[in-house]
This record gives sequence, structure tokens and C-alpha cells, in this order.
Amino acid sequence: MSTVAYITVRGLFGRRRALLLLPLPLLVIGLALICRSVGVDADQWGQAVVQGLGLAVALPVISLIVGTGVLGSEVDDGTIVHILTKPLPRRDIIIAKLLVAAGVSAVTSAVPLFIAGVLADSVKFGLALSAAAAVGALAYSALFLLLSLVTRRPVLLGLVYILIWEGLLGRWVSGTRVLSIEQYVITIADKLAPTSMLAGKVSVPVAVVMALIFAIGGTLFAINRLGSFSVAGETS
Amino acid sequence: MSVVELQNVSRWYGNVVAVNDISMSLQPGVTGLLGPNGAGKTTVLHMMAGFLAPSRGSVSVDGAPTWRNPAIYRQLGLVAEKEAVHGFLTARQFVVACAKMQKLPDAAAAADRALRLVEMTDAQDRRIETFSKGMRQRTRVAAALVHNPQVLLLDEPFNGMDPRQRMHMMELLHKLGDEGHTILFSSHILEEVEQLSGLVQVIVAGRLAASGDFRRIRRLMTNRPHVFAVQSSDDRRLAVALIGEKSVSGVEIEAGGLTVRASDYGSFTRALPRIALGEGIRLRRLLPSDESLESVFSYLLEA
Repeated sequence: MSTVAYITVRGLFGRRRALLLLPLPLLVIGLALICRSVGVDADQWGQAVVQGLGLAVALPVISLIVGTGVLGSEVDDGTIVHILTKPLPRRDIIIAKLLVAAGVSAVTSAVPLFIAGVLADSVKFGLALSAAAAVGALAYSALFLLLSLVTRRPVLLGLVYILIWEGLLGRWVSGTRVLSIEQYVITIADKLAPTSMLAGKVSVPVAVVMALIFAIGGTLFAINRLGSFSVAGETS
Repeated sequence: MSVVELQNVSRWYGNVVAVNDISMSLQPGVTGLLGPNGAGKTTVLHMMAGFLAPSRGSVSVDGAPTWRNPAIYRQLGLVAEKEAVHGFLTARQFVVACAKMQKLPDAAAAADRALRLVEMTDAQDRRIETFSKGMRQRTRVAAALVHNPQVLLLDEPFNGMDPRQRMHMMELLHKLGDEGHTILFSSHILEEVEQLSGLVQVIVAGRLAASGDFRRIRRLMTNRPHVFAVQSSDDRRLAVALIGEKSVSGVEIEAGGLTVRASDYGSFTRALPRIALGEGIRLRRLLPSDESLESVFSYLLEA
């Protein structure tokens, strides 16, 4: 593990913010377990828990907390200067942080989605959800990492994207779905394990290509922004 | 031996000009960056450290631009004013991490050396978040020194240090300067700058007001009389003789001796022994009393 990744992981789990990662996964698993144990038909709860809570809320919110935490908090408190005053290509710094963010977000959201998928349908469905969540975690992380470098309020902007763009506009305005990571994740999971619980609203090629564009484009843009990182003087 | 060079550098934020057409060349040794709050010191330091693009002009270390050039950090160390450090790491973990990011062949040994230099060996295994302000500062200096950079930039490095730590840090910077490192530190405490370095770069309202040895700068201010404290075997008779000298613009007789104002430093210092000898007066003390950095600085601010 690179030193940048080591510091990032220590920083991520050394803060209370890491505790915010627990409630949503526990809620997904808890609701799935309750529904299954009381014998409710999966058709009645599967879509609400897996898509409505797991893919539409847990995955993006976890990715937001982690994605803005790996870089945004260092930018906020100024500790990023200690990493930037090293002869490291900015590409290596961004990739290390992206891999940590995507890895932590993928594991934290894929595990509850896998359990919920197995309880709702089958192991195959659980695996499909986990794989799609991993793709989504990568795309979301690249986006939120970039937001940490282009705005002083990455969390707010990230929430606007999740709640307004994906949650509200994505439901009513069909054209916005092309730029919705949530829709890519649903489409990919549905393609890997078709069920009645998920209905992808974008085509598979669009989902795959756009997820790649988010991940690669966001990363390249973030590398460029970090190269021009400026520190404003407090007394200047 | 590295040289930091600013050529016609300006930096503005919208309509506000923070730094205005500054050119300077920092040679090996210790140089103090002086200026009142808001003069543009931190902006200059950030441009030197590659954390701010000049709006106009160029900033380079040994000819290589500092902006968008991470390779310069092999020869440059920065101790920024902001105290933020990764508090969840111990001092040793932090300095070793910095050494690893510098890709040093023996990161642990380099970290040991740096921590020893700043006297942080005893507390090296404690988390940085438990440190006092001065200890944090020393840890940051160790991190900036771990790769033995040729150029070291420090923004208000003595903040939060107690007098003993301050003295130790001054000795360290002196030593590094004598070894041929190029060191620039900013400070608003004139006493610190005076003790640490004769060379100063004075920035006032975004412009370079003066550059060089502050005693020489003082001597170049010919429009201001030089003030000397003089004690002799017969102060009153010496005062009478001095007032006839062309280079003397005023003499005050005080309880402890004379205060003499001379319009020309060189002529006066040559004339005084001649006059005293001619009058048969023994000189007991001659002290330039406005050659302190404080006087020079206040003259520059008034100018």
C-alpha cells in the first residue's frame, strides 16, 4: 500500500466520520432480515429495500461520505500540504485516494446489498448487486473526489446530485437519467441477474460507457485540478 | 547550493494587488522576510513553494519553475503557517511517511536524523494531536527537513515556541544556513529576524521595499540622520567641537552622554576621532543607536 493510501486509510478510520458508514448498511440488512423472517413476499419488499434504500440511498451516501472524506477533509484542514510538498506525481496521489475511496465504499455498500439480494432472491442476484455496487462506488468516488477539489462545499453539492438530480429529476425527467450513476448501477445489476425487482431505464452500453466516463473523466479532471492546487494565505 | 529567483512577480486577486512587481534572488544562507501583516509575505512564500501561480513574472528554484512542478520538492522544504498536521499519526510515523513520500532509500534513518535535529526524539512515539503548539511546530520542521532540502521556506516558524525551543531553532537554522542551505523565513517579530539573519527582504504593501543586509540598508538611507550615542571624558566640550563639523546636524547633551545626529555616516565616523584628538578628549563609547532592524523597518514603513 502506498504511503498516501496508508495516511488516507488512517485518516478515514481515525475520524468519527467513519461511524456514519454504519447506519445505512445496518438498515438495509435489518429491513431485509425482518421482512424475510416475518415471511413477507420478496416481490413486496425487494424493490423498496434493494433499489429504494440500497442503491438509491446507501450506495451514493456512503460513497459521498468516503469520497469527500479522503481528500476534502485534508483540503479543509490544510494537512494536504504535507502530501503535496512531496515530489509525487499528482496522478499517484489521486489514484491512491480514489482506490481507497472506491474500495471502502464498495465493501461497505456491496456487503449489505449482497445479503439483501440473497434474502430477496438468490445468491446470483446478491452477487450481481455487489458487482454493480462496486462499479457505482468507483464512479461515485471519482465524482465526489473531484467535487472536493472544485468546490469548498463538496458534501452539499454531492447531496444535491444524489437527492435532486438522481432522486427527483431522475424520476420525472427521463433525459437526466443518462447522467445518473444510480441508473447505471440498476441497469448493470439487472443485466447480470434479471429480476422483477429492478428495471433499468438506460441501455447497458450507455450504463457501462457512462460509468467509465464518470470514473475516468472525473479522475483525469481531479489530477489536473490537484496539479494547480493553490493555498490562500491567511495573512496575505 | 540552490538559488530561489523571483523575476517581476505580481499576484493579484480580482482587483486587489497582493504582490506588485517583486524581483529578488535568494542565495545560500539565512534570509528574513519582513513586512507588516497583510504586506504579501505569505503570498510570496506560497509562490516560492509552488502553491500559488504568479499572475505575472516567474518564480524558480535553480531555474526550474515552482508552479505545477512537483519535482522541485526534492530540493525544497516548506513549513507553512497553518499548523495542521495529521494528528492521528505519531511524530515518528508522520516523519517516516514524509521520508517515504520523498522516496528516500532509508526512510527510518532519515526520520531519526530529522527528529534528533529538532529534539523530538523523546516524544516521537506520541500522537501529534497530544502535542503542544511548539512540539507540533518542531515536528513539522522535522518533516520539512527529512530529505535534507537545499531550500527551506518557513512561514512564521517560531510561533508557539518557548524561548529555549526558539533559541534551539535559531541555532539550527543558523547551522543549516552556514552549511550552504538557502533558508527564507518570514516573521513579524523584528527581534527574531535581527538575531537570526542580517539579510532581509522587506515587503511593504505588496512591494519590495528593501533587500540586503539591514545595516547596509540603513546606511543607504542618506536622507535620515544617523543617530550615535557618544560618551567621552568631556561631553560638553566635545559637543561644542562637534557642532562645527559639517556632517553633524545636531547634538543633544544628556545625563549619560551625547546623542549626535549625523547627516553623513562616513564623514562623521572619520571626523569624530580627529576632533576628539584635536581637543584632547578621550572617547569612551561610540554606538550607532538607530542601526537596529526595528529602526530600519520603521524608517522603511514611514517612507
